[in-house]
Amino acid sequence: MLSLIIVLPLAAAAVLAGLPRLKDSAARTVFAATAGVETALAVGLWAGYRDPGPGGLAYEERLRWIPNVGSSYHLGVDGLSLPLLVLTTVIFLACAVYDWKSRDRVRARSALFLFLETTCLGLFAAQDLILFFLFFDLSIVAMYFVIAGWGHGDRARSAMKFFLYTFLGSLALLVGFIGLYLGADPHTFDIPELAAANAFRGNPAGGFVLAAILLGLAVKTPTVPFHTWLPPAHTDAPATGSAVLAGILLKMGTYGFVRIAMPLLPDAWRAWSPAILTVGILSVLYGALVALAQSDLKRMIAYTSVNHMGYILIALGAAGAATGAGSTIRATAVTGAVTQMVSHGLITGALFLLAGVLQDRAKTYDMGAFGGLATPAPKFAGFFAVAAFASLGLPAFSGFIAEFQIFAGSIGAVPLTAIALPGIVITAALFLRALQRIFTGPVKGRAEGFTDLRPAEMLSAGSLLVLSAVVGVFPAPLLAAITPAADAIVSLVRR
Amino acid sequence: MTEVAHSGPDPLALLPEIFLLAGAITALLTGSFLARQRQWITRVIAVVALVASAAAAAAALGAPEASVYEGSYTVDAATGGARLIVAVSALLVILLGRDELKGTDRESEHHVLVLLASLGAVVLAGTSDLLVLGVAFLLASVPLYALIGMNRTRGGAEAALKTYLLGALLGIALLLGVTITYGLAGTTDYAGLASGMATAPGAAVAVGLLGIIAGLMFKAGAVPGHFWVPDAAQGAGTASAAFATTVPKVGGFIAAYRLLDAVHGTVNWPLLIAVLAALTMTLGNLAAYTQDDPRRLLGWSTVSQAGYLLMPVAVAGSVPLALPALLVYLAGYAVSNLAAFAVTAAYPDRRTLAGFQGLGSARPWHAGALVVSLLSLVGTPPTAVFLGKLTVFTAAWDGGFWWLTVIAALNTTVSLFYYLRWIAPVFRAAGPDTPGAGDFSPRPWAARTAVGAAFLILVIGLAAGLAWAALAGAPHS
Repeated sequence: MLSLIIVLPLAAAAVLAGLPRLKDSAARTVFAATAGVETALAVGLWAGYRDPGPGGLAYEERLRWIPNVGSSYHLGVDGLSLPLLVLTTVIFLACAVYDWKSRDRVRARSALFLFLETTCLGLFAAQDLILFFLFFDLSIVAMYFVIAGWGHGDRARSAMKFFLYTFLGSLALLVGFIGLYLGADPHTFDIPELAAANAFRGNPAGGFVLAAILLGLAVKTPTVPFHTWLPPAHTDAPATGSAVLAGILLKMGTYGFVRIAMPLLPDAWRAWSPAILTVGILSVLYGALVALAQSDLKRMIAYTSVNHMGYILIALGAAGAATGAGSTIRATAVTGAVTQMVSHGLITGALFLLAGVLQDRAKTYDMGAFGGLATPAPKFAGFFAVAAFASLGLPAFSGFIAEFQIFAGSIGAVPLTAIALPGIVITAALFLRALQRIFTGPVKGRAEGFTDLRPAEMLSAGSLLVLSAVVGVFPAPLLAAITPAADAIVSLVRR
Repeated sequence: MTEVAHSGPDPLALLPEIFLLAGAITALLTGSFLARQRQWITRVIAVVALVASAAAAAAALGAPEASVYEGSYTVDAATGGARLIVAVSALLVILLGRDELKGTDRESEHHVLVLLASLGAVVLAGTSDLLVLGVAFLLASVPLYALIGMNRTRGGAEAALKTYLLGALLGIALLLGVTITYGLAGTTDYAGLASGMATAPGAAVAVGLLGIIAGLMFKAGAVPGHFWVPDAAQGAGTASAAFATTVPKVGGFIAAYRLLDAVHGTVNWPLLIAVLAALTMTLGNLAAYTQDDPRRLLGWSTVSQAGYLLMPVAVAGSVPLALPALLVYLAGYAVSNLAAFAVTAAYPDRRTLAGFQGLGSARPWHAGALVVSLLSLVGTPPTAVFLGKLTVFTAAWDGGFWWLTVIAALNTTVSLFYYLRWIAPVFRAAGPDTPGAGDFSPRPWAARTAVGAAFLILVIGLAAGLAWAALAGAPHS
């Protein structure tokens, strides 16, 4: 079942790549149909999911792959990965719908996105470090081609910068993985086995291994000061590329923290937690402040991603901090962190898709070039306002659920994390200011003659926002899946 | 050569080597009598000899380790790997050079020299005797000089001269090292070296070993014997360049591994090799960065790859993973490098990176082959070199050289710069000022070889782990 979900987009991509004479309409149908089937399969996966218990995995598959270095094709799902798998399929379906009218090399683009979907799904299902690394690296390669091939502006440079930074991160990750492998006895790359072995208990070398892994994941997440690749990559990527980059690829970093760094190196994680908290708080405040200073809408959204990823880091750092409350509070923080991954994927995905509309109509993201856009494009204004309010953490949206839990858990465990709270206020201010500059006042600049949202655009961005609202109003099913896994993570970190 | 010098118990143990030698002699004799337009027969002979050699090598894999011809030659996993890698590589070279050489007046000579140099590389890898090592060095080197200079261009002549001078110098160093080591140990047999040298002064042992290693670094294309590599890659004919940057390495690295494994615990050579590895990969990467000729870029890239290949050599004998890591990396590197050269052979007139603008839309399969081969050289999973990098990084760290693993990881990032400098134009639309203006008419055999080798890269990357477990017996379930 899991393998089917992972391989199906790849097979569809191969079909598209192998049929050079395929019409654009057929290619986009293949993309949309595959993305739809994937979503249905992922939802089915969730429907059939029963909590496997601490350390257990549902839908487990294991085949021999490179047995001599203790690496296998090992897949499995638990409460941490299941929401992200579903999120991935939803985002890709939204992208397929959003690009329905696009005419720019549809066949190649569809194949590339399907390939990208395989790498994302594979990463979240991987239970082996080498398999994880395989999908991690391939996602970088695919995203490089998305930005270089379908971006705009200085896309070659941005794509190169993206590739180099995240590839450097991936090599740091590889070095860390090798350290984990050599530390375990018998040597293995298997994640559950490594978690059970806890080979670096009381071993100071674990600190260096964690440092390498943290560096790799911090670049991908991205956190301050490793975020500099993100704004240019987002600015020059196509709208759907940005949605996937922010919605899914950034989660690979934060997912790595909860899947690999915390359970496999608990001693080192606790020792490093002050540094992790510091980086998290800095990311929150710095991301928000720099976003406030942007005049380019897409760069602004990109910097709010740095801010939102910072919350996740705070929660995970607090879960490992040495002082403070018991495991329930910490589990609340971790649950909030995973919820934030899903929430940020939905909301920022929608925001980037909507921002793409500006580029499509007016060829610019400069907020100063617009004014009074709500008059010619009321639907666009409405959708964007909803997305903005969702992103700044308004109750009834998923972001509120996530951030509330993060702060409730983090401040409970480490009261000092309260200094990150102004980040929420600044984010609120910058979104309100953006709404004001673009949509209110007299119609001027590029806003004149602006055509409103098309059905495909409303459907794609709208469904992501609806999902965010569903999670915000009725979070119980999501939390029910995440909470046991979060409890398990906390007990692994505190051992 | 060796099989006549010694009388042995089991001549069939050297069947893969015998096929190469027989093929070379048959091709030489046949080629002398053939008219120019019928010299393709020698190509068929070479292909048959290489396929037979590869098949014999594959059949002998997994057999128990044996020492033949009075201990002068060892048939084990390393020799088996070398035979297979060399035969398949030489086969790919002949296929990718088919269009370039067909009907030229040097066709049969080319095939004879390829077979002889391949034989030299295999013997270099398999020998466990210093005297045979000297002979194998010459057998692997002399045909190489001729191959590089054969197309008689100015660049080819300069490259051949450079290779020859460096090869002569470092060959003498090797023979000097052999002499000193023999004098100290009282034997040329690897099995007796370590015990023979136990009482010898450390400085003298070091001088002897240094000489031999210097000679082998010439074959491996690593510092300090690397100067010829970029010139040969750029100046020689494409097939010869592909051969010269691939096959001799196999012999050089495995010979170094075998020798250093045998003298384990005499002098502190692991640190020396580790430093050479760091220097080689760094120098190769920095020099490749500014190259604009794809073949010169590949030449410097092979220098940097030699640095990674030295990592398992540095931990020879102290880590069980060292030898498998070396073999896996060699196999992956050989296929990847040849695939990239095959793409340049398919478009021989495009001698700048910008010349490949528009290849992606004009010839998607060839662009795909190029991307797969270059990403493999970077070490992206699931390609062949990724498996190599994973294992050599692990082996070096396991042997205590964690700093070398970190340097190698940083170097990999640097290398990404120049491989991307080639990948990027491939997917850009060809402009009016593109040399050759977007009209891509490939040489068919070279292009097919490129695509085939690219598939091989992926197959090795995905399946080599299982094959390795089947051969070596898996320690894990």
